[in-house]
Amino acid sequence: MQDQAAPEATAAAAPLADRVGDLELLANNLWILIAAALVFVMHLGFAALESGLTQAKNTTNILFKNTAIVAIGLLTYAFVGFNLMYPGAWSVEGWLAAISTDLFWIDDSLDDFDASYNPAYSYWSDFIFQAMFAATAATIVSGAVAERIRLGPFLVFSAVYVAVVYPLCGSWKWGGGWLEDRGFHDFAGSTLVHSVGGWGALAGAIMLGPRLGKYLRRNDGTAVTRPIMGHSMPFAAVGVFLLWFGWFGFNGGSVLSADPATVSFVFVTTTLAAAAGAIAAMATSWIVQSKPDLTMMLNGVLAGLVGITAGADTVSVSSAVLIGAIAGAIVVLSVVAFERLKIDDPVGAISVHLVCGIWGTLAVGIFSTDPDHSFVEQLIGVVSIGALCVPASFALFAALRYTVGIRVSREEELRGLDIGEHGMEAYAGFQFFTSS
Amino acid sequence: MKLIIAYIAPEALNPVKQALLRADVTKMSVTNALGCGAERGYREMYRGAEVEIDLLKKVRLEIAVNDGFVEPTVNAILEHARTDGPDQSGDTGDGKIFILQLEDCVRIRTGMRGPHAIG
Repeated sequence: MQDQAAPEATAAAAPLADRVGDLELLANNLWILIAAALVFVMHLGFAALESGLTQAKNTTNILFKNTAIVAIGLLTYAFVGFNLMYPGAWSVEGWLAAISTDLFWIDDSLDDFDASYNPAYSYWSDFIFQAMFAATAATIVSGAVAERIRLGPFLVFSAVYVAVVYPLCGSWKWGGGWLEDRGFHDFAGSTLVHSVGGWGALAGAIMLGPRLGKYLRRNDGTAVTRPIMGHSMPFAAVGVFLLWFGWFGFNGGSVLSADPATVSFVFVTTTLAAAAGAIAAMATSWIVQSKPDLTMMLNGVLAGLVGITAGADTVSVSSAVLIGAIAGAIVVLSVVAFERLKIDDPVGAISVHLVCGIWGTLAVGIFSTDPDHSFVEQLIGVVSIGALCVPASFALFAALRYTVGIRVSREEELRGLDIGEHGMEAYAGFQFFTSS
Repeated sequence: MKLIIAYIAPEALNPVKQALLRADVTKMSVTNALGCGAERGYREMYRGAEVEIDLLKKVRLEIAVNDGFVEPTVNAILEHARTDGPDQSGDTGDGKIFILQLEDCVRIRTGMRGPHAIG
């Protein structure tokens, strides 16, 4: 121990500013990497939640899709997404990255390994953190189209959506594009991640149509909605807790440094909004449905999280609780409203990610403590992202539907996509009661 | 008194049940069943190896009825368990109905026996 005192003394003699700088880089960079790993865990959360809220006969298919999307999302983001989202140069200033060979593939070298890229993190930390986000947007679609979409066309949709549409939206704001210039604020992606995924989910659910046996007519002609129950509440709960856990990285990492004040503040707003969302959804479902519904409360947690994601760094703690609570109430009413509209969303992805994403983004315009944020700019952001995502996702699904087809056959849907798409059951040796 | 046992496709259960209720047949037992018949099985793959699945999932209905209810019960099942097959007249796998003579029936709550105990 005594021997090592000498080099330490030498280091102490180095300019203090250099040492502090290095430690800062170390802490910042390490936090971004931990946050990236936390966002990665969210994919397991999505996989568990979607499995739990759907039928046992489709579980292999759900897990397959969720695994494939992570892989596709990461690879396409390395291939084109990252450069499209954070352009070095624009072909249309603020709207579209310069189209050149530079667009393809991330930096292959080790050169950007020090503070020259950014004082807070390395090039690689930046890439891996953003790549985890990209895959999230595509995963959101998976839940809404579950139990009836063909695997191949879904993977094609996801690949195109995450490779082109998501980064294009992101470039307008996070890439320094025109929405950033106007003063639109979306801290961690209520709009840029969740609504982008949500619009795709809405398009998919509409283009596919409802699951068989979901919306029926009685003999007297009156419409009746028959719930198709998820097969595992434990899975759904585990999934939501994993998502909540991962959100510490999703929002906490979006500070893009380990700044003690902002990161710890964001932890508090994020998790209190989730708690408020849970309680508000519980109360709303207790009143509207006359019984407290676990799946609604689980949706409420996510609603609160999606709602606070846009403003976690810029609203007060009490505003965060209010934003989360309103999101929790909205999500329950939204789920019921989409049922009325006969848009079949097995896991409530449209309500959680699209509706609450919009709410969270607008809420910044209402509750932000920063006078530069305005409701109008927030609304412009929401509308413009919708104006890109809606036509893009409808066109993609329509192109697939009228060429290769996007929906499985009636026989396959009844027997389950596990056997139809994969020839493999999720629960071999178990007998499930399936009558739909 | 008759015991009607029907094996039907799982997805036919709901419409059949509704039709039975409309025919005033309100008592039934439903269980999961596995079976094989004219409908061929299918193949699963597990880690490169093929698995032949020949026992298919069906639903078994057991309904004890008095003689006057036999035809309404059979008709309700026929109408809703027969699928629109290739020629619009059903398909293999739609199932079968067995009608058995029922010796006696005892209502456990009261000890009542015979046709009155069924209804």
